[in-house]
Amino acid sequence: MQVTMTVNGAEVTADIEPRLLLVHFLRDHLGLTGTHWGCDTSNCGTCVVWLDGEPVKSCTVLTAMAGGHEVRTVEDLERDGELDPVQQGFIQCHGLQCGFCTPGMMMTTRALLDRNPNPSEDEIREAISGQICRCTGYSTIVRSVQWAAAHDGDREGTVPAGSTS
Amino acid sequence: MTVTEPTATPEFVDNDQKPVGHGRMLRKEDPRFVRGLGKYVDDIQLPGMLHLAILRSPLAHARIVSIDTSAAEAHPKVKAVVTGAALAEQNLAWMPTLSNDVQAVLATDKVRFQGQEVAFVVAEDRYSARDALELIDVEYEELEPVIDVRRALADDAPVIRDDLENKANNHCFDWETGDATATEAVFDSADVIVSEDIVYPRVHPAPMETCGCVADYERVDGKLTLWCTSQAPHAHRTVYALVAGLPEHKIRIIAPDIGGGFGNKVPIYPGYVCSIVASLVTGKPVKWMEDRTENLVSTGFARDYVMRGEIAATKDGKILAIRTNVLADHGAFNGTAAPIKYPAGFFGVFTGSYDLQAAYCKMTAVYTNKAPGGVAYACSFRITEAVYLVERIVDCLAYELDMDPAELRLRNLIKPDQFPYETRTGWVYDSGNYEPAMRKAMEMAGYDELRREQAEKRDRGELMGIGVSFFTEAVGAGPRKDMDILGLGMADGCELRVHPTGKAVVRLSVKTQGQGHETTYAQIVAEEIGIPPADIEVVHGDTDNTPFGLGTYGSRSTPVSGAAAALVARKVRDKAQIIASGMLEVSVADLEWVKGSFQVKGDPTSAVTIQDIAMRAHGAGDLPEGIEGALEAQVCYNPENLTYPFGAYICVVDVDPGTGQVKVRRFVAVDDCGTRINPMIIEGQVHGGLTDGVGMALMEIVAFDEEGNCLGGSLMDYLIPTALEVPDWETGHTVTPSPHHPIGAKGVGESATVGSPPAIVNAVVDALKPYRIRHADMPLTPSRVWDAMQGRPTPPI
Repeated sequence: MQVTMTVNGAEVTADIEPRLLLVHFLRDHLGLTGTHWGCDTSNCGTCVVWLDGEPVKSCTVLTAMAGGHEVRTVEDLERDGELDPVQQGFIQCHGLQCGFCTPGMMMTTRALLDRNPNPSEDEIREAISGQICRCTGYSTIVRSVQWAAAHDGDREGTVPAGSTS
Repeated sequence: MTVTEPTATPEFVDNDQKPVGHGRMLRKEDPRFVRGLGKYVDDIQLPGMLHLAILRSPLAHARIVSIDTSAAEAHPKVKAVVTGAALAEQNLAWMPTLSNDVQAVLATDKVRFQGQEVAFVVAEDRYSARDALELIDVEYEELEPVIDVRRALADDAPVIRDDLENKANNHCFDWETGDATATEAVFDSADVIVSEDIVYPRVHPAPMETCGCVADYERVDGKLTLWCTSQAPHAHRTVYALVAGLPEHKIRIIAPDIGGGFGNKVPIYPGYVCSIVASLVTGKPVKWMEDRTENLVSTGFARDYVMRGEIAATKDGKILAIRTNVLADHGAFNGTAAPIKYPAGFFGVFTGSYDLQAAYCKMTAVYTNKAPGGVAYACSFRITEAVYLVERIVDCLAYELDMDPAELRLRNLIKPDQFPYETRTGWVYDSGNYEPAMRKAMEMAGYDELRREQAEKRDRGELMGIGVSFFTEAVGAGPRKDMDILGLGMADGCELRVHPTGKAVVRLSVKTQGQGHETTYAQIVAEEIGIPPADIEVVHGDTDNTPFGLGTYGSRSTPVSGAAAALVARKVRDKAQIIASGMLEVSVADLEWVKGSFQVKGDPTSAVTIQDIAMRAHGAGDLPEGIEGALEAQVCYNPENLTYPFGAYICVVDVDPGTGQVKVRRFVAVDDCGTRINPMIIEGQVHGGLTDGVGMALMEIVAFDEEGNCLGGSLMDYLIPTALEVPDWETGHTVTPSPHHPIGAKGVGESATVGSPPAIVNAVVDALKPYRIRHADMPLTPSRVWDAMQGRPTPPI
């Protein structure tokens, strides 16, 4: 079947098997390998991307379901050569080690901060509770999110018009 | 020398403030990871690449009657279907394990655990390969499985390993350490003896990235390139050469970015061998990536020790001896990845951090119809089990003596003047200063105040527990006279080249899986040679481009390879000093090293930088007599001893008396890993290990039903902590350098995984003291805690 969607701001049309999972479409067909495949059962969250601005687990979304919608992946966080404060926060606060869960964690974080610019620690933990990190023990991820929240304001005006963030 | 530093607070120093050497430097690898530009195995796409999928046994123990692959072969997108029988024709159906046992690549005669590899399909895409698995028809004759480890040696137990000559039972090996007679004598005359049955259940490392590879065999030049999730690429290369008969110089193993390892990515799995065979057969590159279930049911598990612990003491709390009897479940094949003379890994350090008069361990290992493995999940070669045993049995003693568990430990810790300390099982602890670490943890936790709070809460019927553990680790395997894996000595090489413009490349034999080697090794070299870390490229994970060494596991990178990095830099610096003497026209002895430059003693204006020297080393000018051009060196470091990091942990839990739910409220971890290279990375390693501890203590178990069905085969069943199950970690440290490591560093990657489970279990059992409970086994899920509260503390297996 043919499917058309917007991925990171660009329209994409492809012939796919109806059963193709969005995570495999992004990775294997579009080469957007920042989104990872970790568990098959929606437990680990390494595959989190945005579908119309909402974080979803792309291992349990059919590519066909994304047809006509907007998908945003980790590759779109950096804009005009400038890292998103969330990306900077993860670097500054050692919010990653092996890096495998990181793209999903950052996509959830960006969505959280867009809705709640000053989340409490409990709210941050709740927001990322559908995702697993095996390396960091989460404290540094929490601090990374807090760092991003504190620095989000620095970036106002630099986000291109039409950005979903 | 022991320096007790103030507790580090979260601070985010930018690189400019400490551009060289040790310090809280941000990681060099992060800019690619946060952009989604990490390069993991599954990210590799090669032209014409095919996909491999593995058919696995649904049964734990069964004879294969027949396999019909015709329908799968007829699938239009399938390129090959291979069974064990086909591999047997090439003598490839079996492969050696890292413990000198054999393991089936694809089953030929029987399947011996649920999830065992039976056949593989190679197809044009991953979905078609999976489709074709459904078309393979296998007829099995079911056999009685051996699941209960306690029944494995029963006379009527079915024999699992009838592939081994004259094998008439399920016995795997016996092992003992210590002095049985001396220990018995101490026990016979002791005031107090406490015994407890302590189970460390089977758990799984479950890294977020599963295992997989891309095999690419170039037919014309005969070169095999294998991109692989390997923590030990050089060891893998040699094993492939020995097993498959491929010439070693025609094998290149590349471990690209690895999404967590924790020991899960040390062994060679059948899937890797199948992929190599598939590439040989099809002439195309072949990718194989496990799904999560395959990872959980078939790859290296951890623990699975059924232990009886006994401790002898005086009535005033002087610990005299520890004795243990262990029944070890090794699964269907002995796939333990440990130095070959250590079939039980380093379990011999079960004497812990205490000055004992005697100790003895007797172990029996058996085969069962479960997946092979045993050494994984940041266990430091079975020290997790050893530390859990000793720290649990010491708490049982405290319970019987009605003594405070922290006080009991303080009375028995090895004293600073006893180091180097030889334990009753023959391990020589290199350095330690235990009491300050324990006191510091108690101070950070506010131990006395916590006990007061607990007393008040108990009066109100609330269940609050405080758990203490003190651990000593043995890491950095190891001295090659004692330690090898399949005959390969456990040394590590390191090569350093300084380019003409003063930038450098350092090549490692070890491989990060998230530990941050690209940063810390740049820091180690920077400290020694004065080139900023940003100017030092760290190359690792590619056997064609790095010196030989045994890889990253058992917290061995810093103790072994880190030492190699420091020594190779010193070797280069020594040469640089000779070149500098020529440049400054003074004798070598008249020069002194001042961070990045050689200066004429007493004349700071006469100096040349390492960058100046590098250009001279490669330039057209004269060099001192006998000195070759270029500025580079290589070393191979053979450690003279292991290093022995230690730590004191205190955990505070609240238990809901209505549900048995445990909440970890606080966790204080004081670690001493010797000289600290990058405190930010060390704290991150500790945080991760503490989270492992919460998982094992409260949530994680790979259980089986009576038929051998794995009950932990997905992340819906195998529960791993999320951000909601863990507290904000409180870390502190002391610094007691290793006397034999060139920079005094000891290794820390597994300390917290080793040390934290007993602290958490001790806290839960402490909370349940009003119920007169002395022990309850992991995982302390609400139902198991509830059972314990009702007086029915059941073993988990």
